[in-house]
Amino acid sequence: MSVQIFYAAAGMGRKVRARALVASDGFSARYDLDRIRGVFSRPDHKLAGESYGGKVLVLDAAKGGVATAWMLYEMTARAVVPAALVLNRVNPIMVQGAALADFTMISGFDLDITKAIPNGAEVEIDPAAERPFICVL
Amino acid sequence: MKLNAEEQAMRAGEFGPLRQWAIAHQIKVGDYLGADDLVPVGQAHIMADTESLGVAGVEWLERWTALPEPQRRVRIPTITDPRGTDFAAAERLKQQPWMLDLERRAIAAFEALGVLMTNTCINYQTIMPPVRGEHCAYGDTGVVIYSNSVCGARSNFEGGPSALSAGLTGRTPRYGFHLDEHRRATLIVEVAATPRDLSEWGTLGGIVGRLAGDYWQVPLLVGIERTPNSDEMKHFGAALASFGSVALFHMAGITPEAIRIEDVVPFGCTLPSHDVDEEAIRTFRARYAAEAGEAVDVVVFSSPQLSLLEMRDLAGMLDGRRAMVPLLAVTSPQVKPDADRMGFTARIEAAGGTVLSGMCFYQSYAREMAEANGWRRLATNSAKLTNILGGYGYIPALLSMEECVGIACAGGKRDR
Repeated sequence: MSVQIFYAAAGMGRKVRARALVASDGFSARYDLDRIRGVFSRPDHKLAGESYGGKVLVLDAAKGGVATAWMLYEMTARAVVPAALVLNRVNPIMVQGAALADFTMISGFDLDITKAIPNGAEVEIDPAAERPFICVL
Repeated sequence: MKLNAEEQAMRAGEFGPLRQWAIAHQIKVGDYLGADDLVPVGQAHIMADTESLGVAGVEWLERWTALPEPQRRVRIPTITDPRGTDFAAAERLKQQPWMLDLERRAIAAFEALGVLMTNTCINYQTIMPPVRGEHCAYGDTGVVIYSNSVCGARSNFEGGPSALSAGLTGRTPRYGFHLDEHRRATLIVEVAATPRDLSEWGTLGGIVGRLAGDYWQVPLLVGIERTPNSDEMKHFGAALASFGSVALFHMAGITPEAIRIEDVVPFGCTLPSHDVDEEAIRTFRARYAAEAGEAVDVVVFSSPQLSLLEMRDLAGMLDGRRAMVPLLAVTSPQVKPDADRMGFTARIEAAGGTVLSGMCFYQSYAREMAEANGWRRLATNSAKLTNILGGYGYIPALLSMEECVGIACAGGKRDR
């Protein structure tokens, strides 16, 4: 069985294996999520209505404001939280939030990662590898 | 990351465990984003409403308050973004007692850390505007983009944990907009229709934000026919930051780093270019207006908090009229006393409006307020607010302040 590996420019957090939830859209915990129900709630988000708990979110760019920096910690504490975040482009807020929450995140690819990872695929992320990566199992 | 002797001592815990956590957090963030070192900052501004913090975040803050005072207090002026409530109006908003309890706990924790509870997102208008070249650690996207672009200061988006870290260490990782190379334009937007009111400035910000697309883009606007005032820049920047996650823009001949285009566009560099005309502005607004339908449940002026001049304008529009649906006007604790003293608050409230202070609508349990009050369709002149509230279950309409007032006084019915 062949394994597809995609290397990222940066990563933090722990090794994760989970199912991927993929869309060519942005991410902001405040703008896009109903964090109590654990679903994407922004009506025009491509993942509207989808549950995100325990999934690896593979999305395009970090969006929105600064709230995600606290919200990832709060979501982690309630265990209604994605398993990891994989982004083409981060903003500092995602990095700051992941750092506080000890949350797994990798970002920066030499291709559009939302096109490379099939929605629903089982993936593994190793953010602490010499070259952080996501692979499709 | 290179650390000086004092920074190494912080990392080793010689200044206590809170400063040790703070600098470790900054190193982690700085390493991810390619910072070589830390840069001293003059001010920090913390976004920490309790809807974002949650119980877990408040408990995290509280655990540091038992430290001895020298170990727990911030070392540079550190102020706060809006809170999740105006305690004086919480009952009217149908906010729950647990929300207020959590807010009180968060406030007590921040005060124990030496943070000044300014509770404002317009500190650049009311507290201490940064000056050109000043490195800051600001924690509200609207504050960052205004400070970077209009004032020429230097800040990244600093979320609550990072802004608090900056307050505690007096520095922040040197990456992004602290560096000259990230402050150059990356795209050009040719504007053929200079906005006429605040909602149009916000609309233009929303359009440019969508064109820009991510944090690392720096739009240069050309064709703006007059110098916008502070409130216009405020609405434009807040929407641009909200729709695009953008932290810096330039306006050719207007903002301080782009007096000449060649100051921000390197010689020989060809940038992607976009046009924005009157039709684009109309289309953007029409989409929101169409979705909201024929009637609205609540009218909100917020995001950013209203300046004294916006309060005056709103009072003038409401004179002799009566709002028949809830009309909320949200301002800062610094503006509110002046609005009281000059009679603006009384005039707005005499017309049936409610003036709120120290909060911001979307940071104040917007989903729970919607459910408790039966609010779904909302009218506002804030493009930023329209962008945020969809995820909270609202259907927002983006209109001028005058149109919003007209709807409120027509019982929520829209004249279309």
